[in-house]
Amino acid sequence: MSVRPSAPPAPAARSRLGPLLVALLAVLAASVVCGVALGPVSVPPGQVLRLLHAAVTGAQIEPAEVGQYRIVWDIRLPRVLLAAVVGAGLSAVGVVVQAMVRNALADPFVLGISSGASVGATAVAAFGVFASLGIYALSTAAFLSALGATALVYVTARTAQGLSPLRLVLTGTAMAYGFSAITTLLVFRAPNGEAARSALFWLLGSLGGVTWTHLPIATAVVAGGCGYLLTCARPLNALSMGDETATTLGLDPEALRRRLFVVTAAMTGVVVAVSGAVGFVGLMLPHVVRLVVGSDHRRVLLVAPLAGAVFLVWVDVAARLFAAPQELPLGVITAALGVPCFVLLVRRRGYVFGGR
Amino acid sequence: MRVRLEDVAVGQIVSGVGFTAGHGEVVGVVGPNGSGKSTTLRCVYRALAPTAGLVLLDDRELRAVPRTESARAMAALTQDGHVEFDFTVDEVVAMGRLPHKTTFQRDDEHDRVVCREALERLGVGHLAARSFLTLSGGERQRVLIARALAQQPEVLVLDEPTNHLDVKHQLDVLALVRGLGLTVLTALHDLNLAASYCDRVVVLSGGRVVADGSPAEVLTPDLVRDVFGVRAHVVAHPVSGVPQLLFDHLEEPRGR
Repeated sequence: MSVRPSAPPAPAARSRLGPLLVALLAVLAASVVCGVALGPVSVPPGQVLRLLHAAVTGAQIEPAEVGQYRIVWDIRLPRVLLAAVVGAGLSAVGVVVQAMVRNALADPFVLGISSGASVGATAVAAFGVFASLGIYALSTAAFLSALGATALVYVTARTAQGLSPLRLVLTGTAMAYGFSAITTLLVFRAPNGEAARSALFWLLGSLGGVTWTHLPIATAVVAGGCGYLLTCARPLNALSMGDETATTLGLDPEALRRRLFVVTAAMTGVVVAVSGAVGFVGLMLPHVVRLVVGSDHRRVLLVAPLAGAVFLVWVDVAARLFAAPQELPLGVITAALGVPCFVLLVRRRGYVFGGR
Repeated sequence: MRVRLEDVAVGQIVSGVGFTAGHGEVVGVVGPNGSGKSTTLRCVYRALAPTAGLVLLDDRELRAVPRTESARAMAALTQDGHVEFDFTVDEVVAMGRLPHKTTFQRDDEHDRVVCREALERLGVGHLAARSFLTLSGGERQRVLIARALAQQPEVLVLDEPTNHLDVKHQLDVLALVRGLGLTVLTALHDLNLAASYCDRVVVLSGGRVVADGSPAEVLTPDLVRDVFGVRAHVVAHPVSGVPQLLFDHLEEPRGR
């Protein structure tokens, strides 16, 4: 056994990360422009850029362009940006939840948070609870019930030994069924068909009716959350090898898991409150990203939010276009796009899925 | 660095366990299944807090030492089995650098050299780019020991390091561990390996220490019969001269 002191060449994946991030940022910017341009009324990308420039710099626009300006600035841009924020948040949370509960099949919803949010949102959509809060009623109710669900799952899963991954998954899944039952009951008892339909639409995810007022809180929480999760990247690597291993590497797995639980719950709650329960993104995007850059969370947590943002911008475009002038729920598109793409990736690369 | 256990107890599993691994000493912890070997070691590498008693690192009480600090002084090979994600061998070994880095510090040249050396020492340098999940049990075990070495510890705690290893790699790994000059605390199933590679052997039975001394003092036919319930014949190893045990049923099994 000889010792070679010379440093090995950095693995290819590591050296490719910089260009990959730059490319993803460029793709995200282009996707946002396309997302604003495409829709039932299409606005050419050139004009989109000109109008956005005008909006930012306060330059004059032609009176004939006022209609398009309204569409671009007031309707589409906040919606597209929020799609990016939601995609980034769900994707990052998915990565962390999978590592935290050490289960490749976990996603942001496995902890019961989104089904909890659904209860509140359905109550608003079907029965007009919180009507005094106006347009904030739905997101407020969704967020509050997400918090309630989180607390309930946490308290139930916790034992004297702490928060074990398996208990967390099982408790979250069981609670999710309970919350879904309540949601279904609410939809079933809705006073009229239209109310039931709007509740159902929200349940599958929708960014219709998004305005600028929805953006600041969601953006701040997702950005702050992603930043915090990045600081946990190295500990997350250790945690995904097992609690004992993490301990021998100087971590307190219980405390780490508790912090991650709070941060991911807040991010999920905020995201679900503005977009509804968009499935698939948080489960599959992390795997797709791991296929490309490997499992090291220092890389995954940089790439996953960007990839999730790009993905959801296009999902939202598809939701607007496929059945125009009607809109499809986001969950339908994420599944329709994501499942085949994921199957292809898994089959092509011989991905090792959770050691099996 | 010295590791000392004083009257360590964990619930009903282990009670009144006390022994010392002196600086640079290789101490084997042996005993039948369920005798408390792993539980004892888990108290040392901090996966368990003893319900009574003390674990001392030199003269400091372990629970008063910050976790990152003890992780720089002490590395462990645990029994964590299942890994869900597809890390490369390089990435697994690089995790050993965690206690040496602050949150925003990146791995530098020094870290990479330390990891590379650890891999080479265990003879798995050629696996660096491989996926950890595709390795054989023995290769995984050696990579995990390499990760422990990448921590650059003064104390190494090993829970069944020879699990999954073939004969050659059992001998290689234990010889390597001996040659490191570190304080080593290792649980071993194989009494003959313990006799060959340990300076001292601590025998646990029913959660208590029943013998503690050099292999020749401790691994006697009487003790093996009382603790393990088998008959043992002690012979000297023809080359090294260390005591080795040949086992037999305590009573003639029927039908033989």
